Amino acid sequence: MAVDPLIELRDVNKYFGKLHVLQDINLTVGRGEVVVVIGPSGSGKSTLCRTINRLETIESGHIAIDGKPLPAEGKGLAELRAEVGMVFQSFNLFAHKTVLANVSLAQLKVRKRKRDEADQRSRELLERVGLASQADKLPAQLSGGQQQRVAIARALAMDPKALLFDEPTSALDPEMINEVLEVMQQLAREGMTMVVVTHEMGFARSAANRVVFMSDGRIVEDRTPEDFFTAPESDRAKDFLSKILKH
Amino acid sequence: MDVLTENWSLYGKGFLGTVELTVYASVLALVLGFVMASFRVAPVGSLRVIGTVWVAVLRNTPLTLLFFAVLLGLPRFGLILPFQVFAVLALGCYTSAFICEALRSGINTVPTGQGEAARSLGMSFGQTLNNVVLPQAFRSVIPPVGSTLIALAKNSAIAGAFSVTELLGTYKTLNELGYSIIWSFIWIAVGYLIITLAISALFNVLEKRWGVAR
Repeated sequence: MAVDPLIELRDVNKYFGKLHVLQDINLTVGRGEVVVVIGPSGSGKSTLCRTINRLETIESGHIAIDGKPLPAEGKGLAELRAEVGMVFQSFNLFAHKTVLANVSLAQLKVRKRKRDEADQRSRELLERVGLASQADKLPAQLSGGQQQRVAIARALAMDPKALLFDEPTSALDPEMINEVLEVMQQLAREGMTMVVVTHEMGFARSAANRVVFMSDGRIVEDRTPEDFFTAPESDRAKDFLSKILKH
Repeated sequence: MDVLTENWSLYGKGFLGTVELTVYASVLALVLGFVMASFRVAPVGSLRVIGTVWVAVLRNTPLTLLFFAVLLGLPRFGLILPFQVFAVLALGCYTSAFICEALRSGINTVPTGQGEAARSLGMSFGQTLNNVVLPQAFRSVIPPVGSTLIALAKNSAIAGAFSVTELLGTYKTLNELGYSIIWSFIWIAVGYLIITLAISALFNVLEKRWGVAR
């Protein structure tokens, strides 16, 4: 599938002190592809996600976005980050700004759009995630699911080439998970390139082009969801699936 | 009571001297403290070193010693300024170290996710600090910054020992004129109270207006 690679990781290694959290990671994500990363906690999947926009630095290896190697800290890195949106487990909406201002801020500061233009774009995106009526509220006044949808709108406002999702539904009440997954499903259908770290197996099955299974800092399996869920190859994946699919 | 009414202009001059020292040194301390706090959290190592050294030196030097160093030391290097300016420099730089640390503790109260979210949107370090982190840090640093500025107002009394006109220094003249030392000091204390209570009141208003709404 990956004929037109957008995100490429080659022989990536990362340590937290002595802990070798990413071991010789090789991963290519093609344009328009949805890759879901699953695995037990502590397997390095969130770290993997965060290395792609250099929120985590790596010790060795190469990461390239759209053919360009990830720049070091500075202006180049900021420009690259604007092209790669990120959605966090804990939403991280700017607590002192309204929903509308959250979505508009980076458009004003990074994309240098005029306020009218930015606010209009923000309202369109809020409409798209079903939150147009909440534009003037503060993040703390919204439910978790609503906050996460605002966070997705905020990432989309930069017109990114790809979106990274770091466990976007893990901090949500069960009844709010679906409203976030629906927005993500829609993005996937529209052809957005996405790397999604999640425990939502339903989403992996229905929206992913590929499932990457990680364990102990390594990519153990990298296959289509159909293959992975019906016939996992490794014992580690079999064990993992048997535990989570039981209940 | 007579001490005050009979020496109104002397007290007035001293009071104004202390107010001027406090205001100018506060402005200097806030600006320098802000710059140094930015340095201390900057991604550039050399800036962090400058900030750390600034705080370590100034916070750990007795203020009187710092006054000696500035008022007697700087003229030796050819820098000759009015004593009042030297006093503002000494007070402002000294207090900036404390302001810096108060601001930095405020910055640390802002969850790291806020900065990460801003950076992940492509905002630079400066944009992240000014638009996301500091506005939120500001709310939690209002009380400690208020305390620091009150301490500054009282520390300004040291300038009197270096023949800068300020409130505490008026007691020498009053003493020579033969007034009761107790009443002289009571009115001096009232003068300081007016200044420090004004600072308290200002920061109470700021806190009501901008303080943390959780």
